[in-house]
Amino acid sequence: MTTPDAAELRRRTQDLLAAHPPAATDRTDFLRARFDAGLAWVHYPAGLGGLDAPRSLQPVVEAELAAAGAPDNDPRRIGIGLGMAAPTILGYGTDEQKQRFLRPLWVGEEVWCQLFSEPGAGSDLAALGTRAVRDGEDWVVDGQKVWTSSAHLARWAILIARTDPDQPKHRGISYFICDMTDPGVEVRPLRQITGEAEFNEVFLTGVRIPDSRRLGPVGEGWKVAQTTLMNERVSIGGARIAREGGMIGPVARTWRERPELRTHDLHQRLLTLWVEAEVARLTGTRLRQQLVAGQPGPEGSGMKLAFARLNQEISGLEVELLGQEGLLYSDWTMRRPELVDFTGRDAGYRYLRSKGNSIEGGTSEVLLNIVAERVLGLPVEPRNDKDVAWKDLAR
Amino acid sequence: MTAPTEETQAPDLLYSEAEDDLRAAVRSLLADRCDAPTVLARIESDTPYDPQLWKALAAGIGTAGLLVPEKLGGQGAGHREAAVVLEELGRSVAPAPYLTSAVVATETLLALAAQDGPVAELLGDLATGRRIAVLAVPFSAPAPDAAQPAGVVAGAVEGTVTGVADAATADVLLVPTTDGLYAVETGSAGVTVEPLVPLDLTRPLANVNLAKAAATRLADGASAVSAVRRGLLAGAGLLASEQLGLAEWCLTETVRYTRERHQFNRPVGSFQSLKHRMAQLWLEVVSARAAARNAADALATGSPDTPLAVAVAQAYCSKVAVHAAEECIQLHGGIGMTWEHPAHLYLKRAKADSIAYGTAGHHREAIAELVELPAP
Repeated sequence: MTTPDAAELRRRTQDLLAAHPPAATDRTDFLRARFDAGLAWVHYPAGLGGLDAPRSLQPVVEAELAAAGAPDNDPRRIGIGLGMAAPTILGYGTDEQKQRFLRPLWVGEEVWCQLFSEPGAGSDLAALGTRAVRDGEDWVVDGQKVWTSSAHLARWAILIARTDPDQPKHRGISYFICDMTDPGVEVRPLRQITGEAEFNEVFLTGVRIPDSRRLGPVGEGWKVAQTTLMNERVSIGGARIAREGGMIGPVARTWRERPELRTHDLHQRLLTLWVEAEVARLTGTRLRQQLVAGQPGPEGSGMKLAFARLNQEISGLEVELLGQEGLLYSDWTMRRPELVDFTGRDAGYRYLRSKGNSIEGGTSEVLLNIVAERVLGLPVEPRNDKDVAWKDLAR
Repeated sequence: MTAPTEETQAPDLLYSEAEDDLRAAVRSLLADRCDAPTVLARIESDTPYDPQLWKALAAGIGTAGLLVPEKLGGQGAGHREAAVVLEELGRSVAPAPYLTSAVVATETLLALAAQDGPVAELLGDLATGRRIAVLAVPFSAPAPDAAQPAGVVAGAVEGTVTGVADAATADVLLVPTTDGLYAVETGSAGVTVEPLVPLDLTRPLANVNLAKAAATRLADGASAVSAVRRGLLAGAGLLASEQLGLAEWCLTETVRYTRERHQFNRPVGSFQSLKHRMAQLWLEVVSARAAARNAADALATGSPDTPLAVAVAQAYCSKVAVHAAEECIQLHGGIGMTWEHPAHLYLKRAKADSIAYGTAGHHREAIAELVELPAP
C-alpha cells in the first residue's frame, strides 16, 4: 500500500462517516470502527489503528470528524495509555501484544496507568526496588509504587521491576504489563496537598504476571522505559493552546473584570507573565512546526520546564490578586477525581496543584540535567553508582 | 480533540532553505572579516565601522536591499530574511549600520510608497549599500512616541537630536519635523555630527545639530508620523533577532568554555549548579527564537498582530540577551572580565539593545493597551 495523502485520508474518513453515521451509532461502536479503518492515529501501522501515514496528516482526519460531530475517545481521560503505554507497546511489544492491547486502549474501553515511581525511587527512578522473580512461565512481583494517577480506574498498568539485583541498577530492570484486577494488586488513595487523592499508592504482593506480558528483553526494561518517559514529556509539554489558553487566561479575565483588585505591582508582574505565557505558546507552536517539517528538536523537555515554572508563578500571582478571597479555599473534601481540572477550580487549588508540575514526569532538576547533557553536550557529573550492583547501593 | 486549524493559520516560525543559505553566506563573510580580535581592534580606532566589510555585506551579498522591492533596486525579499542577517550580526557583534540604515531608515522610506523622485532614488542607494541613511531620532526612542522632531525654519531644518545611532557614519539623515520628514545630507552646511562616548562601542552614537541645514522634504506631517512609526516598529521587531543571535553566541561560547575549563579536577561544566544555569539559558534562547521569528513573520506578512508581536518580542528578547551576556561573563570567571576576551562586547551590546527602540517596560505598556490589561 502506498502512503495515503490528505485527499485519501479525507476520502476514507468520509467513507467511515457514511458507514457509521455518528448520530445513529453507539459511541464505542463508532470508535472501534474508526480504529479498524486506520483513522485512530494515522501514523500507526495498518491493522493497528493507523495507515502508515505521516503524523502531520492527523489533523485532516480530526477536522472531518469534528465537522461531522463524531465522538472523540476522551483523550484526557486515557492520556497515560495514549501518551505513554501505546508508543511503548508499539515500539517493543510482540505482534500478539499489539493486537491485544492497542485497540481497547485507543477506544478508551481500557484505562492504563503507570507503575514507575516508588517511595524510594523518584528522580533516581532506576534505583527502584520492586522485585519480579521468575517462577516457571510467570514472574512474581512484590513491591510498592506511588504517585500513580488513574490507578483506581485502570485495567492495565505498565510496570518496571527489578529482575536482577546483582546487576548495576540500570541493567537489572525489566518491563511488564500488569493486570490491575489480579489478586495481590491493592490501590490506596494518596491524599495530596490539594486535599484530594488524584494519585494513588499501589501495593503489589505476590502478583503473578505471565512472561508473555513482558515488554522487551529481560534486563532491558530501562531502555524500554526511556521510550515511555520521552513520550511522557512530549505529551506533557506539547499541548496546543490558544493565546491566553493556559493558566494566564483566568488571571487576565479577573484583571479585566475586577478593576478594584488592580495594583501597580501586580500589573507589572501580570504583564511580565503574560509575555512569558505568550512566548511559551509560540515556542510550542514552533516545536510542532519542526515536528511537522520532520526536524524534531529537543525542545520537548524544555516546554515542560517552561510550563511548570509559568503555572506556578501565574497561579501564585492569581491568589495574591484575589486578596481577601485568596485567603479562602473552595473545598478540602477528600475526592478522587478522574482528571486534573486546572481551570475549573479556584485559584488556591491551581496554586497548590501546580507545585506538582515541576515534580511529575521528571523533576525540573532532572530535566535541566537532560537538557544540559543531551542538548548542550555538557559533561556528566562524576557518579558512583554506575558499576555497583543494585543490591550494594546505599539506601 | 482541538480544532486543527491553528497550524495553518499560525505564523511560520521556521527558517526556509533560502534563509539558511543567506545565513551561511553572512556567517562565512563575518567569520573572515569580523572575528573578535578584528572587532576589538576596530572599536578603539577612529573608524569603528569598516567600509570594506559594509561593502561586502551590503553590496557583495546584497543584504542591504532585502526589504526593498526589485523595481527600486533591492532584493525584494523581506523581514524574515533581514532578521536572519541580524541574527548573524548579533552573533558577531558586528560594527555595521545594518539595523539603522537597511532596516529603520529603509522601512521609513518604504512607508512613503514612492515609485520615483528623491525617496525612490534614496531607497535605491540604500539598497545597494552605496549610501547610508539613519533616522535622526534618539536610539532609545520607542515606536509609539516617534521621538523629538526638529523644527523647520523657512525651508531649512533647525534643531538638535541627541543620541542618534550611526549618525557619524551616515551620508543622509532622515529628520522628522513638525512639518514633515526631511532628508539632510550630513556633508551640507549647518550640519554638525558630534560623536559621543557610547556604552556599546560597536554601535556609535552622536548628537546631531542642524542649524538651518538645507533639506529635501520627503513627506508631509501625517505621512511622516506614520512612516517614522513604521520604521521604528520594524527596528524594534528585527532588533529581537539581533538579540537572539547575540544570546546564542553567549550560550554557545559559555558551553564551549565550561567544557574545557577544569577546576577541582573536573570540567567546570560538569557541576550541576552551572549546568542548570546553562540549560535555563538554552530554554530562554529557544523561546526568544520563537518570539523573534514571530515578530519577523508578522512584519513580513503585514499581519494586524504586528504591534503585539513586536512588543512581545522586545519585552522578552532584550531580557534574554542581557541575561545571556551576564551569565557568559560570570561563567567565564576572571577571563570574562578582561578587555581581551570578547564577552564584554556582547554585554555592552545587549545592555544598549535593551534600551534601543523602547525598553522592555515601554513594550509591556504597549502590550497592556493592546490586550486590554490596563494599569490601575
